[in-house]
Parts: sequence; C-alpha cells; structure tokens
Amino acid sequence: MSEPILSLRELSVSVETREGPRALVDRVSFDLEPGEILGLVGESGSGKSVTCRALIRLLPSSSLSVTGGSILSRGEEVLTMDDRRLRRLRGGTIGMIFQNPTSHLDPVMTIGDQIMESVRFHRSVGKKDARARAIEVLTQVGIPDPVHRLTNFPHEFSGGMRQRAMIAVALACDPEVLIADEPTTALDVTVQAQILRLLMDLRDRDGLSIILITHDLGIVAQSCDGVAVMYGGRICERGPMRTILGDAKHPYTAGLIACQPGEAPKGQPVRTIPGQPPTVGAMPSGCRFHPRCANARAACSETQPAMVALAPDHDLACHYPLGASEGGPRA
Amino acid sequence: MKAARSTLARGGWRLSFGGGSLPLYLGMGILGIWFLVALLAPVIAPYDPILQDATARISPPSLEHLFGTDNFGRDILSRVIWGARVDLQICVFGVIFPFLIGTFVGGLAGFFGGWMDNLFMRLIDIVLAFPFLVLMLAIIAILGPGLGSFYLAMALVGWVSYARLIRAQFLVLKNADFVQAAVSLGYGPIRVMVRHLLPNAILGSVVFSMSDAVLVLLNGAAISYLGLGVQPPTAEWGIMIAEGQSFISTAWWITAVPGFAIVSLAMGFSLLADGLGELLGVKE
Repeated sequence: MSEPILSLRELSVSVETREGPRALVDRVSFDLEPGEILGLVGESGSGKSVTCRALIRLLPSSSLSVTGGSILSRGEEVLTMDDRRLRRLRGGTIGMIFQNPTSHLDPVMTIGDQIMESVRFHRSVGKKDARARAIEVLTQVGIPDPVHRLTNFPHEFSGGMRQRAMIAVALACDPEVLIADEPTTALDVTVQAQILRLLMDLRDRDGLSIILITHDLGIVAQSCDGVAVMYGGRICERGPMRTILGDAKHPYTAGLIACQPGEAPKGQPVRTIPGQPPTVGAMPSGCRFHPRCANARAACSETQPAMVALAPDHDLACHYPLGASEGGPRA
Repeated sequence: MKAARSTLARGGWRLSFGGGSLPLYLGMGILGIWFLVALLAPVIAPYDPILQDATARISPPSLEHLFGTDNFGRDILSRVIWGARVDLQICVFGVIFPFLIGTFVGGLAGFFGGWMDNLFMRLIDIVLAFPFLVLMLAIIAILGPGLGSFYLAMALVGWVSYARLIRAQFLVLKNADFVQAAVSLGYGPIRVMVRHLLPNAILGSVVFSMSDAVLVLLNGAAISYLGLGVQPPTAEWGIMIAEGQSFISTAWWITAVPGFAIVSLAMGFSLLADGLGELLGVKE
C-alpha cells in the first residue's frame, strides 16, 4: 500500500468549559490513501466536523484547541507548522468545501474573482493565466458557459451551482485532498446526486483524495471507499465501505444502518436508536455508546474498549462485537 | 440597454441603476448640478466674486444683479457660484479623512479585538464625552483659524462614528461563513480583512457618509460664520450669511440666497443617502 496522503494519529481536540477542558475529539486516528474517498460518519455533535477543521487548524472558536496527537500531511506535521507553511497547506494542499455554499461564498465578489484570488495567492501567475485557470476549473466542475459565469455574483447562481462554484474555488489550486463537510446536505436530492457524481469524477480523473463528512449512509454507499464511524468524539469502527455496511461489528454502526428508511420491513415504522447522543458536558464513562446499546454489559460502563484490528483494514472499539461468541470481555 | 450598470470601487458592487428610487435620482440630480456649478464657476459667474462696486451697494435683485449685491457691492449670484467650490470641498474633505481614519481604526478594533479593541473604544469614549462642536472649536482655536485647521479638527473628532460603524460590522462578519472559507484557502488576516471583510462591511459607512456630509457642511458653515473657518473676502456660504446678518431686516437676499444654497446641497446629500440606503438595503 502506498504512503497515506494524510494521516491522523491520536488526535484530540478539547473545549474549554467552566469545569475545565473537555474532549470533543478523543484520540482519533485514520489514514487517507491517495485517490480514496473516506466517509466520516456520525450523528450531529459526534465531532466529525471539528476533526476535519482541526486538520487544517481551522478550529471555529478560540475556546477549542488541539490537545494531543499528530496530523501528518505527506509525512509533514501540520500541528507544528509555521504560519507561512500553514497558509500554503490550506487551499494549496488541502481544500475544504462546506455544507452551505450560499454563506460560504463572498457575496460581494464575483465567482471569477474568488477563484482567481485563490489561484494568484497560491501560485505566482498573471491575471491572464489565473483567468484561464478559473475558466478551466469552472468547466471541470460542470458549470456551463464558464466565460460568462466568471462575472456572476454568488446570488446569481442556483444552490447546486453555488456548491459547484465553491468546489471550483477549493480546487483552483489543485489540492491533493478535499475535505467536504456535508457538501450535499443543503441541496435537494437530484442536485445531491450530481454533486456526489462530480466528487467521484474528480477522484477518478484527477486522483483527488476526499474526506466526505456525512450523516447519510446512502451517500456513503454510493461514493465512499472507506468509512470511519464516529460516536461521542471517538471512532468506534472503521474499515472498507463494503465491510462496514455489510458486516458491521459495532452495535452503533449496525444501529445506524438499521435506521435507514429502506431497512425497515414494509409496514413497520423506521427503527431508531433509543436515547440521545452524548453532549460534551455529560460523556458516559467507559464505552460512550453503552447507555444506548442493547448489548451493553457491566464492562461497557467501566472500561473504554480499545481499538483492535479484526482484519488488516477493519478496526473496531467494542467489548462485545456483534456476531462474536458469548463470553467475557475481550482483552 | 437593459439596465445601466456601473461598478463602484474595487470590491465590485454592481448598482443596477434601473432599480433606484426617486430620492436617489433627486439627490444625484441636485449634487450633479452643484458639482457642475462649482466646476464651471469661472464660466457661468457673471461677476468677480470679490470685486467690490461702491456704486451698487445693497442693491436688491435686478436684471443686472440677479440675486442682488451685498454691503460691499459684490454680486451675490457670483459669490454663491464661487462659494460652491469651497463648500463642496468642505463636504468632500470633511468626510473623507474621518471616513478613512475611522474605517482603519474600527477595522483593527473589530477584527483583532482584545487590547486593541479596548484601547480604541476607550479613546472613542473620550472623544464622545465632549460635545462635538465644543471639541471642534477648541481644536481650531489651538491650531488657528482656516480651512486646514477645520479639516484637521473634523478628522480628529469625526472618525469616531465611522470607527464604531465598521467595528460593529466587523464583529458580526468576522465569524461569517465566507470568512471561514477565506481562511480555509490559506489567506492571512490582512487579505481577509481588506479583500473580504471590508467590501462587505463598508456599505453602511458609505451611506452614513452621505448624511454625514450634511452635518459637515453645516459645521463648516457654522465655523466660518464664527470666523474660524474660511476667511473673508473668500466667497463661502457660511461667511456670506454671517456678513449679511446685520442687514437681514433690510436686505434679506444677502443671507437668504446662500442659505438656500446650503439647504439645497444638504438636501441633495440627504436624499442621496436615503436612496443609496434603500438601494443597497442598508439600515441606518
């Protein structure tokens, strides 16, 4: 296997509260291989967005801070990078797109200017070359009539077009990694499919590696190669998409899959996982999922399950994985 | 042509002039006329504005002197026309310097916050603690009368409104999603501020500056009236009113004509401010 393009090791992010620091993201590790689409799945508040923002040190508030671990971009440590290098990394190596394209594009700047600004910031090219690149990248993301669209403002675009435009801005400098934070949540279903198709094309054609943050397992099934499932700031299971969706070992993963509307037998209500996801102030002890887990036993509330490899590429953190024989907790 | 479009400033806001309102057009019209008058003063003024004519002192409006003459026999019409140059200059410079200083200071305070914000905000409190005109008069009295002193005093006192406006905008906008997106592209704080925050934040200040121009104009006239601004015999509307006030019961035209000039110019700015605010969706 080739060297991962991005590698997280034991990354922790804490929030400063009145009762002291609390971990929002707790020792999260995963690798992103070149050309891979990695799905980062979890409920709201599971720490998936914070993890990804920490990747380019773009934590949304000053009360959040990275408290441990390491992030390696092609072997280079991101957390200790100086400002100059960090600015090159952001946009140049790692691009980011967001959930709501409307609010993430500068409303008083034309699409063309926004793309050209990024190009000229990261590469020393003239106006002409930047403009050519802007047209190229708009074509790449499937915006018709790009020459004319350059002079449009974001409000003159439709929702799906804005998402394409935001992807174009992020791609303008040819990043190796694209972090897509719920890129399709704000879009209607048909446009969703188009944007996913676009992301997959970019991977197939240009070898882009993508981290796709989502809570929609349907999207994962359509587009991802690998999946990491997050719960309460920790990764509880990770592996190839087919393994995770077809043979989930963690009760939480299995619960998420069972919650899909299509999974319920005809005439039966859609299943849910009982209870609420934990909040920062009230993280359960031991395995964070145990209050909501049907398989939970005494050990689950006492000790945190360690991440173990079930297969070379399938890792799990659970004392009593699904399908395992009865017995005492695994060591 | 569908809708005439013009590009304002580098940020590239497009004002579609098809969508403007009556106050906007009226304001632009009035200001346009005054700018033309100021520009063409040497051509359209019938007399030399400081030429005294002892044979025609305090003569009422007639065909020879459309708006009459003052107590030195100077043609009022010519003086009002030439005065437009001075008064427009007062409006422009009296607004630009506070605008620039205030935007700079307010931007820094709003963006960086912390001690910088505290320092500048306390400074603003100090300036605001004194009545506006009193502080202006004090500064001009120290510097000595003249237009230069007036602009300097204006800049020292007037920047606080702009600083507070921009700071408030920056405080809101610096957490906006598109600013986060700009940071995620690797842009440093200066670029984010100048290229992304400022063009979004400045609309309110532009609209405010138009109504501020009214106050500056009245201040300029008041300062000249008190003898601390423009010095005689230069034609300036405030001075003209000051000079005419002793004849107000016998020769109304000496004060009334420059008075109307001030009112119309102020109204032009005021209407333009209303129209711009409406067009750009800015609430004052």
